[in-house]
Amino acid sequence: MIKIVKKSEVAGIRATAYRLIAVVGALICSALLMLALGHNPIEVFSNIINGSVMTKYRLIETLRRAIPLIILSLGISVAFKMKFWNIGAEGQLCMGAFGASFFALYFPDLPQIVLLPLMLVAAMICGGIWASIASVLKLKFDTNETLVTLMLNYVAIKWISFLQYNLWRDPEAKGFALIPKFSKNAVLPNVFDLHIGWIIALVFAVIIYILMKHTKLGYEIEVIGENKNTANYAGMNLKKVMLIAVFLSGALCGAAGMIQASGVEFTLNEQISGGMGFTAVITAWLAKLSAPAIIVTSFLFAMLLRGGDFLRVQMQIPSAVSDILQGIILFFVLGSEFFIQYKFVFSRKRAS
Amino acid sequence: MDALALFLQTAIQMGTPMLLATVGGILCEKSGHLNLGIEGMMLIGAVMGFKIGQVSGNPILAISAAAISGGLAALIYAIITVTLRGNHIVTGLTLTIFGTGVANYIGKSIVVPALPESVKAPFRSINIPLLTKIPILGKSIFNQSIYVHIAIIIAILAYIYLNRTRLGLNLRSVGENPAAADASGINVDLYKYVHIIIGGALCGVGGSYLSIVEIGWRDNLTAGIGWIAVVLIIFSTWDPLKAMFGAYFFGALRALGFQLQSIKLPFSGETISVPIQLLDMIPYIATIIVLVLITIRKKEENQAPASLGSPYFREDR
Repeated sequence: MIKIVKKSEVAGIRATAYRLIAVVGALICSALLMLALGHNPIEVFSNIINGSVMTKYRLIETLRRAIPLIILSLGISVAFKMKFWNIGAEGQLCMGAFGASFFALYFPDLPQIVLLPLMLVAAMICGGIWASIASVLKLKFDTNETLVTLMLNYVAIKWISFLQYNLWRDPEAKGFALIPKFSKNAVLPNVFDLHIGWIIALVFAVIIYILMKHTKLGYEIEVIGENKNTANYAGMNLKKVMLIAVFLSGALCGAAGMIQASGVEFTLNEQISGGMGFTAVITAWLAKLSAPAIIVTSFLFAMLLRGGDFLRVQMQIPSAVSDILQGIILFFVLGSEFFIQYKFVFSRKRAS
Repeated sequence: MDALALFLQTAIQMGTPMLLATVGGILCEKSGHLNLGIEGMMLIGAVMGFKIGQVSGNPILAISAAAISGGLAALIYAIITVTLRGNHIVTGLTLTIFGTGVANYIGKSIVVPALPESVKAPFRSINIPLLTKIPILGKSIFNQSIYVHIAIIIAILAYIYLNRTRLGLNLRSVGENPAAADASGINVDLYKYVHIIIGGALCGVGGSYLSIVEIGWRDNLTAGIGWIAVVLIIFSTWDPLKAMFGAYFFGALRALGFQLQSIKLPFSGETISVPIQLLDMIPYIATIIVLVLITIRKKEENQAPASLGSPYFREDR
């Protein structure tokens, strides 16, 4: 019979090694899948790398993709640390982009130095409020936050579509339903050929790292996530911490919306988030919710996404392949957690 | 009167995929496993049902393909959460992302989005003689695709299974207290595997209703229906019969959106129709409202299975 026995907790490096083995396993599994689908896996993987980092232009495009992923993952990590399952990053990004676009479209002539911070703050407030709907409902009625944040995604996306097709539709765009492009003052400037969002993302990462590791709030969030009773005994104000943390989580996702609207699209449209809110759940989880690791996982997944686009052009493989790869990698990592904590013991005796 | 009958008929049709997915989800959750991958399993079922239906021209093969592919997707979830004790929430989410990817990938190979007549014909609405003569209800319930009837039968069977059979009782005990179930000689892991997989198969069939009967294949055709099913599971208090009402209620909301589009409202001198994007929000907002209402009036007997969402370690007892 096979028995499952608890191991003494595997420490840092060994645990990371297990996760790396899991990723390698995932890649092997994906390779077999490619083979089954009739593609040469070596060609696929080399095209992903080639298409995402091998030239300066491609590297910059990959970084452009990584920026919103980093910020979204940071936002998600704050909520997840508290075991508040905010999977509404998609909607919070949309509402953030909406808040930013409001100022970009109605006050296009403000000086850039005023307008851009205004847009960022508006985006963070909108995203924060959108996420707070779930935390307020949870605190007041104990409503399941996973489902509320998820439903709010759809509402937010429909709201953006409404703006695009009705309220903010550009009458000069002929038959197309488009929102007008932002004025020059509302567009993020470039630093080293890439919009300034990358600096914002890094600043956020540092702030979140310090917040989670070296402040009272970060400590409280972690304790609440570990055990609500302990937190209660310790006299922590659960409600206040949850409201602040969830608002912060939404605010970061909202900021990602501003950066996408102002730095990449130069306008608002219903595809502004394009599933990144869900990918960010994966990158945050793979990074074990740690800010420095999020930068790494987000970059790797941005490679995967860009590589996926490249595959479509180069090998006519649908870019949905990158979704499949994401899924497989996370499946393996989720499975590997088991081997960090437990081991199988083979014995001849019947397990009791 | 005819308009009402037609509305009810549409509501039931639109509620059918949700009903199948909800009953599937109930079976899975009764084993103590919260599967947020319903949306993904529905998408996989939708694309596989359509694809196999198109290639083979055989309606039975089409539905079987949807069920099997949904079940296989659930198997991945079962391996990770039952055997490897992975986190239910993240694994379910991953299954949805993975399922979306798989469905869109396979969907790309569907060039002509049409099914052969041999697959479509058996699923058209059929009049059941006599019963359709009942005013209003007759036409709305009995003039339906065979899918609708199958869904109702499955819901009733699931109810009987859960509440009137020994296997169902065992399943409930696995979900409530796996350690006690284990001690009484029930093979906990086997029960979990079987019901997670059956649940996935039902979700797959629910998805295939969308692609085979209702819409035809297009990317992300479920558009959140799987997530609404997750709410319906709670709404129905894990009771397949109540799930029928919940599913048809949400079906009505979906149908309402279509109806309201044609209504013109007077607005500052001109008539305008309500923007479709705002109408599209209705089911999602209603879901949140329903969710809040459920949690407000929580009752002792209407609770989730006690072990829902927590892994069971025999060795931790």
